[in-house]
Amino acid sequence: MAAQEAKLVERKAKRLALTGNYAVAYAVKSCDVDVVAAYPITPQSPIVEKISEFIANEELDAEMVHVESEHSALSAVVGAVAFGARAFTATSSQGLEFMHEILFIASGLRLPVVMAIANRALSAPLNIWNDYSDVMSARDAGWITIFNETAQEAHDAVVMAYRIAEDPRVLIPTIITLDGYILSHTVEPVEVIEREEALKFAPKRPRGYRPVLDPDKPITMGVVGTPEYYYEIKYQLIHAMRESVKVIDEVFSDFCKTFGRCYERVEPYRMDDAEYVLISMGATFGEVRAAVDKLRREGVKAGGLKIKVFRPFPADLLEKYIGGGNVKAVGVLDRAVTVGGATEGPVFNEVATALALRGIRLPMVSFVHGLGGRDIFADDVVKMFKILMEHASRGESARRTYFIGVRE
Amino acid sequence: MSESQGRLLGWREIPIGGIVQEPGNTAKNDMSAWRTFKPVIDQEKCVRCRLCWIFCPDAAIIEVEGEYRTKSGRVYKVSYHVDYQHCKGCGICANECPVKAIKMVEEVR
Amino acid sequence: MVYYAYFQGKAPDVTKKRFKTVWDIPKEELLAPGHRMCQGCGAAIVFRHLLKAVGKDVVIVQATGCVEVTTTVFPETAWRVPYIHVAFENAASVASGIAAAIKALKRKGVLPPDKKVKVVATAGDGGTFDIGMQALSGMLERGDDVMYVVYDNEAYMNTGIQRSSATPWGAWTTTTPVGKRWRGEWRWKKDIVGIALAHRVPYIATANPAYPLDLIEKFRRAFETEGPSLVHVLSPCPPGWRIPPDKTIEVAKLATLTGMWVNLEIVEGQPRVTVKVPKRKPVKVYLKMQGRFRHLRDEDIAFIQKVVDAEVERINKWVGEEAIGPVVEE
Repeated sequence: MAAQEAKLVERKAKRLALTGNYAVAYAVKSCDVDVVAAYPITPQSPIVEKISEFIANEELDAEMVHVESEHSALSAVVGAVAFGARAFTATSSQGLEFMHEILFIASGLRLPVVMAIANRALSAPLNIWNDYSDVMSARDAGWITIFNETAQEAHDAVVMAYRIAEDPRVLIPTIITLDGYILSHTVEPVEVIEREEALKFAPKRPRGYRPVLDPDKPITMGVVGTPEYYYEIKYQLIHAMRESVKVIDEVFSDFCKTFGRCYERVEPYRMDDAEYVLISMGATFGEVRAAVDKLRREGVKAGGLKIKVFRPFPADLLEKYIGGGNVKAVGVLDRAVTVGGATEGPVFNEVATALALRGIRLPMVSFVHGLGGRDIFADDVVKMFKILMEHASRGESARRTYFIGVRE
Repeated sequence: MSESQGRLLGWREIPIGGIVQEPGNTAKNDMSAWRTFKPVIDQEKCVRCRLCWIFCPDAAIIEVEGEYRTKSGRVYKVSYHVDYQHCKGCGICANECPVKAIKMVEEVR
Repeated sequence: MVYYAYFQGKAPDVTKKRFKTVWDIPKEELLAPGHRMCQGCGAAIVFRHLLKAVGKDVVIVQATGCVEVTTTVFPETAWRVPYIHVAFENAASVASGIAAAIKALKRKGVLPPDKKVKVVATAGDGGTFDIGMQALSGMLERGDDVMYVVYDNEAYMNTGIQRSSATPWGAWTTTTPVGKRWRGEWRWKKDIVGIALAHRVPYIATANPAYPLDLIEKFRRAFETEGPSLVHVLSPCPPGWRIPPDKTIEVAKLATLTGMWVNLEIVEGQPRVTVKVPKRKPVKVYLKMQGRFRHLRDEDIAFIQKVVDAEVERINKWVGEEAIGPVVEE
């Protein structure tokens, strides 16, 4: 991980043993959020429970809106941000689906909302365990989306998300994810960013720096966009999302200098001479690392790529890491499905498109595993590498997705 | 800004998220084509009760300050006039006028 | 009659009226003309007076609906106050978020503590009685500092006159058509006032644009309530009710004079009829004016009359006086 290679920046950091959920809550507190609205859902709930404690104990000066649904949670946050507040919400799974309508409105209105998603499978059947089907269903909603592998990453991502989302060049709502249970409920040592540091890194801007609802300067938000205007207003968001790459890179780089933890939109693992590459995201990537290490010991030149920033999609960095000439085959491990798709792997489809459009013609294989919290072990990933190598030897992509670990 | 000026705004020119920064700019619109009948106020009959001004859905009755003396010698401090740019000709004013001082007259175009 | 021991906020001083005569209504038009609401639209009258009552220190949140689509077509707006539309069912939740932001930003010194600004959520009957009910219930129950106005035109007029749970018995709509088996709507209007009261809302009122001073005074009081308030306003719709556009106020007045609509004010549980009707007109004069009731037979009208009589009796009992009198045929 890039963070491990980063040179240590001298600072007195407070280390706490925190779950992923609490790591997010501590970051929200440090960012001095003004309004929080959220609705209980497993496995996100401890985030909002912890924030409630902070507010109850006057550690965070914020208003909590105890909404009656996720739809209202995001609606209230949209209202608060439209008025000029810094606001936060969190959800999982069905809750995100219930918010779905408002996701598009938050991005369409260009409101810098920050939301944490503790990833969980979608019903039916009802399942509270981890996969990425919730956040994948939000992939077209126009939110910047940052995946996280550790509690520390999730903590850091909140602070970076406010700075990115609120940048006047961006003004796009931002999702940060943490894998349900695997991160949300697992305790790790986390270096906590204190309030002063967080507000120095992601300062709160004067209220009128972006258009807000203000009786002294009345504006109308949420207009009817006729066919003469809808397309142009949507294109503004498309353009801003593309351009946000610069700001994200800038913020990652500044974060690295300030806190000594360095992130990249795509993070390579043992990629220098890698021939067989598996792409994954979030906490799942831990198993990819383990499998790569195992195969390297056997003399296989395996490597991994972790997509950290899923939106905007990091096609440029995939090209950089895969297009160098060494790579013989690329696989993508999806923890979600697009049923009936060109392949069933949503991330695979995007990777394949990105590489094809850049003239990178390599055997490619789509893998799905770990739906509904089914454990993925390093040996499962080794198996995927073996399948990938087989396809490489035949010089042939897999026409269909491999569903690893599903029982007959 | 819109069709009236012949050119539609490009995406770089539109305020972020499609906000409208000019409060109440619909006032520039001409609604007169909506009418088939137009209200005409008889200033002699009008008793200045303000009801037409109150009930107008389009704020198209204008209250004008200034003395008005009727032929019968009554003096009023205000008068009501129709804003024909915004009047849609619904006729509520004529229907609600307690002294029938407003007539709906067919538009001739 | 106190129905609850406590309320989610504080009602304003109702001993004094600010709008005593028509001359007390401010001249300033905060809803600009040139909008695209229909000829004779009742809602247009309601919103003009809403803004006159609350003034410019307001943020308007509006649910999707007639008024929204006719006042905010980019690049135009009829609003001279800050305005946001988000979706159909969430005006109350968006308003709660704004109310929370106002509170937090004042406390944290971003806004001066004496800055005058309050949020008003507005929605039609569909956005309130039906799809917005859950968000409304949440906002009322939490005691958020939000004034809520429902303009009730008794069907989904924006999408083409489909029935809502506010559509009255017998009314023709495009989804309760008159045919062999169906003869218009066959259920009674939902009791939104009762629902609001069950949330211990400190100020609730019903109003009608035919009584403008009553309407605007209630808007003022709802705005000055600390905590949630709700004003339910009858909003005649010429195309949906099948009436000529000049009859909007006339029909609204008949709604009150027949007892089909009662102008109420419920202050911390104490109900009062603000527009008393000593001699009631029969419901048929209201129904006969409107094309949406054209198919009603004499027995249907008699049935509606019977139900309205019972409802009037209930209200009189509730307010403790004969505020609405018996039917007097002319």
